[in-house]
Amino acid sequence: MSSSLMSANPALNSGRSSTRRRNKKKIQSHAIAENLSSNDQHQNSPIEWKSDAQQQIYSSKLLQALRQVRNGDGSPAPKRVHEAADRALATTAKGRTRWSRAILTNRLKLKFMKKNNIVKRQRKVMTSISTGNSRSQRKSKVKILRLKSKSLPAFQRKVRVLSRLVPGCRKQPMPVVLEEATDYIAALEMQVRAMSALAELLSVSGSSSSH
Amino acid sequence: MSSRRSRSRHAGSSRITDDQINDLVSKLQQLLPEMHNRRSDKKSATKVLQETCNYIRSLHREVDDLSERLSELLENADTTQADLIRSLIMQ
Repeated sequence: MSSSLMSANPALNSGRSSTRRRNKKKIQSHAIAENLSSNDQHQNSPIEWKSDAQQQIYSSKLLQALRQVRNGDGSPAPKRVHEAADRALATTAKGRTRWSRAILTNRLKLKFMKKNNIVKRQRKVMTSISTGNSRSQRKSKVKILRLKSKSLPAFQRKVRVLSRLVPGCRKQPMPVVLEEATDYIAALEMQVRAMSALAELLSVSGSSSSH
Repeated sequence: MSSRRSRSRHAGSSRITDDQINDLVSKLQQLLPEMHNRRSDKKSATKVLQETCNYIRSLHREVDDLSERLSELLENADTTQADLIRSLIMQ
């Protein structure tokens, strides 16, 4: 009797945890979907990245993020500062653009998929060693790439390059890429303005405090 | 131009017109920091795209340099709360 109960419980527990995980995912996706649907109503009015209000909003978010970066480790690496700045920028965009959503979701993906990627790389190496055809595979890949670059006209090639530069636009059609690029450039310009203003403030305050 | 039209026909359900593309490209061109920007329609779409890619790369590099500078400044700064108050007052 007790043994049957014990065997039943782990099954229940695993079922519950998996449903909990599913429910969490559902809740998260619902939340994201709700945000997106509410933003879609305002999609006709893009964010005015040139306005002072937006720069203030971004600067406050950036300061918050930088304080957290500083408190976490003793020495904040420039890479972490850059990532925090990008995340603050994406949050200021309020999820209306693909690049902002891609920046915010990429953090989660990196955390969970790091292990998977390592496993995939190991498998690729093993297969290439076992088959022993790595050279011919490489040659055929290079040939395919050359053909592609010749057949595509310059305009399409440039759009491909641009889609790689703008986050979250790698597989998007051309008008989407161009639209995202216009918003992304405006946002980047604001990011540069805000960060340089902050750097000026910190350098001024640093020099004045030393005197 | 004709090759572009044939491609848009094969695009599938959504027909991407040349006018749409030209409109988007002109919007991009207005954002680029070029002195010749006021003379629109003088640049080919390919050149606009090339300059857009270069501009985005240079903006990325600027943000990289700024984040390096900020990380150095944050290391040396003793109090961040004073900076917060100051920055809020200044803006």
